[in-house]
Amino acid sequence: MSYPAELKYTKEHEWIKPDGDLAAIGITDYAQQALGDIVFVELPKVGSEIMAGKSFGSVESVKAVSDLYAPASGKVTEVNQELATAPEKINHDANRTWMIRVELKNPAELNTLMSVSDYERFIQEEGGH
Amino acid sequence: MRYLPKSPADRQTMLRDIGAKSIDDLFAPIPPEYRLGRDLDVPRQMAESEIVDWFRQRSGENGSEFTSFLGAGAYCHYRPVIIDSLISRGEFLTAYTPYQAEVSQGTLQAIFEFQTMISELTGMEAANASMYDGSTATTEAVLMAMRLTGRRRVVVARSVHPEYREVLSTYAYPQSIPIREIAFDQHGRINPSELESAITPETACLLIQSPNFFGTIEDVAAIAEITRRRGVLLVVSIAEAVSLGIVEPPRQADVVALEAQSLGVPLGFGGPYCGVIATREQYVRQMPGRLVGQTIDRNGKRGFVLTLATREQHIRREKATSNICTNQALVALMASIFMTVYGKVGLRELAKQNLAKAAYACQQFSKCAKILFAPAPRFNEFVVQTKEDPHVVNSRLLGHKIIGGFPLKKFFPELGNAALWCCTETVTRSAIDTAVGMLAESEADEPATEAEEVAL
Amino acid sequence: MKRMTRKATRHVSQNEGLIFEKSSPGKAAWRLPPLDVPEANPASLLGQAEREDLGNMPEVSEVEIIRHFTRLSTWNYAIDLGMYPLGSCTMKYNPRVNEAVNRLEGVANVHPYQPEKISQGALAIMKTLSECLIEITGMDAITLQPAAGAHGELTGLLLVRAFLESKGRPRQKILIPDSAHGTNPATAATVGYAVENLKSNSAGMVDVAALAAQMNEEVAALMLTNPNTLGIFEKEIHTIADILHSKGGLLYMDGANMNALVAKVRPGDFGVDLMHLNLHKTFSTPHGGGGPGSGPVAVKRALEPFLPRPVIVTKANGTLGFDYDRPQAVGRVRAFYGNFGMFTRALAYIMANGPDGLRQTTEDAVLNANYIRKGLQGAYDLPYPTASMHEVVFSDKLQAKKGVRTMDLAKRLIDYGFHPYTTAFPLIVAGALMIEPTESESKEELDLFIEAMRSIAEEVEEDPTAVREAPHSTRVSRLDEVAAARKPVLRWKKASNS
Repeated sequence: MSYPAELKYTKEHEWIKPDGDLAAIGITDYAQQALGDIVFVELPKVGSEIMAGKSFGSVESVKAVSDLYAPASGKVTEVNQELATAPEKINHDANRTWMIRVELKNPAELNTLMSVSDYERFIQEEGGH
Repeated sequence: MRYLPKSPADRQTMLRDIGAKSIDDLFAPIPPEYRLGRDLDVPRQMAESEIVDWFRQRSGENGSEFTSFLGAGAYCHYRPVIIDSLISRGEFLTAYTPYQAEVSQGTLQAIFEFQTMISELTGMEAANASMYDGSTATTEAVLMAMRLTGRRRVVVARSVHPEYREVLSTYAYPQSIPIREIAFDQHGRINPSELESAITPETACLLIQSPNFFGTIEDVAAIAEITRRRGVLLVVSIAEAVSLGIVEPPRQADVVALEAQSLGVPLGFGGPYCGVIATREQYVRQMPGRLVGQTIDRNGKRGFVLTLATREQHIRREKATSNICTNQALVALMASIFMTVYGKVGLRELAKQNLAKAAYACQQFSKCAKILFAPAPRFNEFVVQTKEDPHVVNSRLLGHKIIGGFPLKKFFPELGNAALWCCTETVTRSAIDTAVGMLAESEADEPATEAEEVAL
Repeated sequence: MKRMTRKATRHVSQNEGLIFEKSSPGKAAWRLPPLDVPEANPASLLGQAEREDLGNMPEVSEVEIIRHFTRLSTWNYAIDLGMYPLGSCTMKYNPRVNEAVNRLEGVANVHPYQPEKISQGALAIMKTLSECLIEITGMDAITLQPAAGAHGELTGLLLVRAFLESKGRPRQKILIPDSAHGTNPATAATVGYAVENLKSNSAGMVDVAALAAQMNEEVAALMLTNPNTLGIFEKEIHTIADILHSKGGLLYMDGANMNALVAKVRPGDFGVDLMHLNLHKTFSTPHGGGGPGSGPVAVKRALEPFLPRPVIVTKANGTLGFDYDRPQAVGRVRAFYGNFGMFTRALAYIMANGPDGLRQTTEDAVLNANYIRKGLQGAYDLPYPTASMHEVVFSDKLQAKKGVRTMDLAKRLIDYGFHPYTTAFPLIVAGALMIEPTESESKEELDLFIEAMRSIAEEVEEDPTAVREAPHSTRVSRLDEVAAARKPVLRWKKASNS
């Protein structure tokens, strides 16, 4: 499993990739592996608002549903349409399969998120339980 | 006890193996103060012959030799013999929910065929594995429309079965879902202008029934034009499934809630019946209830599994689409067998006979009484208004082994002395003529009276 | 298979396509009698509403239908074939006299709206069953209307809500133990309540101190399964009831596991305010491949005014009838009166048993579970050593070390001629094996089951892959559930068949 350094991470295993006032959001390799084969992704509509720490959608395997939590607040500018018919893309390449793009409301929120080294330490601890 | 496969010696051996002195040891976890220190006050252990006798007596008290003109959500159609032969097979009767697909392919394939036939019959793209009954399927269809739209108001036609509406209100009450009822017009159908004014931007859906409670077929296409234009979903409830053999299905609907009792399920004093929800493919993930899907096994062989289970309570718990944890598999199987027996041609011919009987009866009744909502098309039910109270009419008919139409005063006092009559293919011309004859007698010489002694 | 199984061998398993694939125009399995009234002209009677075409509805002959469904049936496991050890499902024998009495002409063909005068037999069946169930539960009143267990839960919480509203306000929360069935939280949400989780203690029971701390005047009720889903009797049940009652809340009992209690102890005697029963579990009505069920709700006197409409009453003239005039009723939860066909079966079962048979049944159910527990101890991990009632929950902890999980063990059990037990539930046990034998199993069948389970445990050590790939003896091997969920195929279509 790999975790790119340019991403920021949440404790709920989402990543966010900032690009100025915009950012892409997805789930980590760790999350996709824990979920197993992903069969469906429920995502918000373009134009809707997401709030840091709140659910913005869900991801389903055959026998489990997990909420997706927003790493930061913002307005959804784009939704990855490919995932409607090919959710397995997340399993194949979680790091590069973005789910939504947002216009950040407060880019400073990203400072509260984990860096790659923090995240790697976090999942090691979590996996140890 | 004849169902218990153990000898006293077996029990002793097992207790010894467990390391218990007596059976009481195993009930030690129950605090002594709550234990029942006596026999239950229930009937004593009876022989099979006694049980059969007891039920025979009860059966006799129900008077089964009657010709019935009752419909109103429960229909008497002939049931082909092979339905009971097949559903009595232990492998169908005594199997559990098909969670373990490898040892449940029989049930799973039968449900897949049921889903297919219901989709064909209703003109929808997909159907679920069944729900409790028509009333709960209708209610769940409305809740589904609310989830799909994210809106909380519901418009309901007053011509929907009154007990279905009551179930909807019961479910709606704790969630404070506002329900707006719209009246029927002089044809017993929805009044389009009232519908227009009832819809607001918060309306999730319109619920109608067709054929509706009065047996009248709604103009679904015209209603759908309004709902589509106003951006609300159209939910159509169907209580008489046999009508779909000759009545155009509500293809314009967004969700169809069907009661499949008509399709080979015994009247059985109201249950078990078989509800089912059918809808468009795009809405399937908000549909409640079990679903069977086709897939392949490791060797590429076709097989069937329960699918899209993440909608359901055992996974999503309080966020599930419904708390439903069952379908009516065995009853759905009855419906599948019935639909297979009649098939593409027979279902139409069967429906045509119903149409003919009702048309004949209507014509005969119209000679001595008023047929309400007469100009609108109908299937096998119609409303007869008399001078005399229908309970009184029915009391007299009972003496001639005829169960008359369902008196409507309880649900629709505004219709006065009206009763809902149903003629399926099982009603004979002579029964119709007898009923009409008796009604004609009283209508000719008796003024309108209130029932002295209400038979119901 | 490496090992010989004493129970199952292979049997004929004929190939059979979908019914639509057998269809061809002109075949028919129906014939209607000649019409005794003038032919109808659909075009003039229905106009625009006339249907022209019935799409892909099948056209086949009668013998094909018989063979089709009979062949399908042979692909199912069933209680009639052997033990069905599904935990919390109470898969007991379905007596055939139940079916026979239900098919009597005057029972099967009664219209729900026919006059009460000629429905006395049906009403008497409902009345007698009601009285039996009230006595068995130790409650005061009952509704037979709910169509299934979860529907009973819904009815029960509607009653809770109505009762509390009559006292002032409905409150906001329902407490639910972490070991509960998924229907409990789903039901609470349907009835507009928030769900608050209640943690179990190390013995697998309700943590009474935690309950006392969580209980307050926002809690409407606790939904408790007793014995719980670990098969453990909640010993402090009355303390639990007292804690709820002291703050004005109610104790709702999920009766899924009533098969452990009948004729030995009555929920009404240990503080339960209302509960549902599953006639398809405790009272032997057939599961039918997933329904119909029936979920009557029994209540204490204080809740009686709120029962759904109508209720059965004895009239002044001694006849039975329905009373609709119930101003405080919660409404109705389905059309008509409930799954009447299940009432006849449940009543026939109670009559066949009598008080002594019902007690022996419960004792045998508990004896069987404890016999299995003893027989499998050592081979499988027992996460909660607290005494078992009618079911026992093991975990796959020992087998997981070899990469074999509960679902694999369950699938391998199929090769030994048994239906799997309940897997991965309750959620508080990682990798649960939940086993409920019921009273219907002989010592011989239980011994075969224990032998099979012990043999599988040995196989895990010797050849874990073979277990992981099980079953090996069924017509289909493990099915691709991922593909089924990603691209759902929910119906047959002509085009895809060519």
